Amino acid sequence: MSEELHEVRLVVNGATYDVTVPGRRLLSDALRHDLRLTGTHVGCEHGVCGSCTVLVDGTPMRSCLMLAVSAVDAEITTVEGLALADGSLSPVQQAFKDCHGLQCGFCTPGFLTTITAGIRDNPQPTREEAREMIAGNLCRCTGYQNIVKAVERAAELTSAPRRSSSVETPPGEHL
Amino acid sequence: MKPAPFSYRRPGTLQLALESLAGEPDAKVLAGGQSLIPLLSMRLAAPSMLIDINALPDLDHVTTAADGVRVGALARHAAVLADQDAVRVQPLLAKALANVAHSTIRNRGTSVGSLVHADAAAELPVVLRLLGGSLDVASTRGRRTIAAEDLYVGLLETSLRHDEIAVEAFFPALALGEGVAFDEVARRHGDYAMCGVAALVQVDGDRVVRARAGYLSVSEVPTVIELTDAFSVAVDEESLAAAGEMALAGLDPQTDIHASADYRAQLVRVLTARVLRSAYDDARGRMLARVER
Repeated sequence: MSEELHEVRLVVNGATYDVTVPGRRLLSDALRHDLRLTGTHVGCEHGVCGSCTVLVDGTPMRSCLMLAVSAVDAEITTVEGLALADGSLSPVQQAFKDCHGLQCGFCTPGFLTTITAGIRDNPQPTREEAREMIAGNLCRCTGYQNIVKAVERAAELTSAPRRSSSVETPPGEHL
Repeated sequence: MKPAPFSYRRPGTLQLALESLAGEPDAKVLAGGQSLIPLLSMRLAAPSMLIDINALPDLDHVTTAADGVRVGALARHAAVLADQDAVRVQPLLAKALANVAHSTIRNRGTSVGSLVHADAAAELPVVLRLLGGSLDVASTRGRRTIAAEDLYVGLLETSLRHDEIAVEAFFPALALGEGVAFDEVARRHGDYAMCGVAALVQVDGDRVVRARAGYLSVSEVPTVIELTDAFSVAVDEESLAAAGEMALAGLDPQTDIHASADYRAQLVRVLTARVLRSAYDDARGRMLARVER
C-alpha cells in the first residue's frame, strides 16, 4: 500500500530541512523522527499537556496539533534553538537552573519555549501573569511554585542580561 | 494516537479549495486544527482528504465598523482578542475569548473554525447566537449568509453543506443601552466548561428592556433563552433567581463524565444570576459613562 507523500521544506532553529512525509505526519513527529530533534517532547498528543510546545514564527503553538505539511511557510524554534550562539543558557534556561524549575524534565521543553515568548511579550510579568503564562502547560513533579519563580527570575535576567547569572537567592523565599 | 491516512491539499486560492471540496464528499477543511487534529489523532474522524486553507490569501482579517466586527476564516482567536477596535465595538468577544482554552491554543485556533466545529462546549457559537450574528459561507455555487439562529442543528453539526467553506463571521456591535457579561465553570483553568453563560441586557435608565442569555455545555447545541420577563419589576436577588429557573425551564441539562445533570442545573441557576447581574451592571455603567462624557 502506498501512501501519498509530500516533499516538505521545514525551517527549524534557522536550519533548512527537506523531508518527505505523509500528510498525516504531526509536526511533533516530524521534528523528533524525521529531523531527529528529540528535545521536543510528546506527552498527551492531543493538545492538553503542553510538552510539545514550539515557537512558530515566534508564537507558542502545540506541535502535536499541527501537521508537518502545514508548517512549510513558518520558521520554527524548538528547545534546541533557545540557547545563545555561544552555547550558554538563555535567560529562561538559566532561570530554570537557578530556581530548580524542573525535576524529571519531561515537560521542560514546552515550558521553556512558552516562557521565552511570554517574557518577550511581557518583560515584567506580575505573579498572576506569570501563573497565567504557564497555565497551558502541565508539570507533574514540581508543583509549579519553582516554575513561577523561574518566570520571574527569567524576567529579571532578561532585563539585566549582563549581571552574573549565578545568584544565591532566587526570587521569593529560599528553598 | 496517529491520524489515519488522508490525502492532503494546500490550495492557493479559495476557488481551488472550493473545487477540491466539491469533488471530495468526505473531505474536511483544516484551518487552525486545534479541534480537528485531536479528532484525527484519536481516530474519531477519518476524512479522505484534508483541504488546508492556511495558504489562502485575504482571510485573516478582523474588520471593525460601526455595525459590528467581521472575522475572516484564518483570523486566530489571539488576533481577535488583541484587536482593540473589535473588542471595543463588541466587548463580549474579549470576555468570551479569554475563556477559550489556553493562550497557546488561541495562537493557532481560528474563531470561524470554532464556530463551524460547533462543539456544544465552545464559547464562540454561543456568542454568535446570543448576538444574532451570521456566517458567510462559500461554495462553487456561490456565497450565502447563514443567520446564527439557523446555523446549529445538532451535536457537532451545522447547516453548512459538505461543499461549503465558512469564510467570514459577523458579530454585531453592542447597541446603545446594552451590556454584556460572560462566565463559566470548568474543572481546571482552560478546560472545556461544564456550564457557561453569556448574557446580553438592554436597559433604559435602571429598567431592563430586554434580557437574554446563551448557554454552552448544557445542551447539545448552543441555546439562547429570553429572560426579559424575569426583570419586569427590578433586578434583585429574587428576580435573578427567577431568571435562573426560567432558563432551566428552557434547557435540558445532560449528564456526562464531567458533571451530572443536577449539578449542571445548579450551575445554570448560579451562573444565570451572576452573569445577568454583571451584564446589567455593565449596561448601567456604559450609560452612566455616556452621560458623564
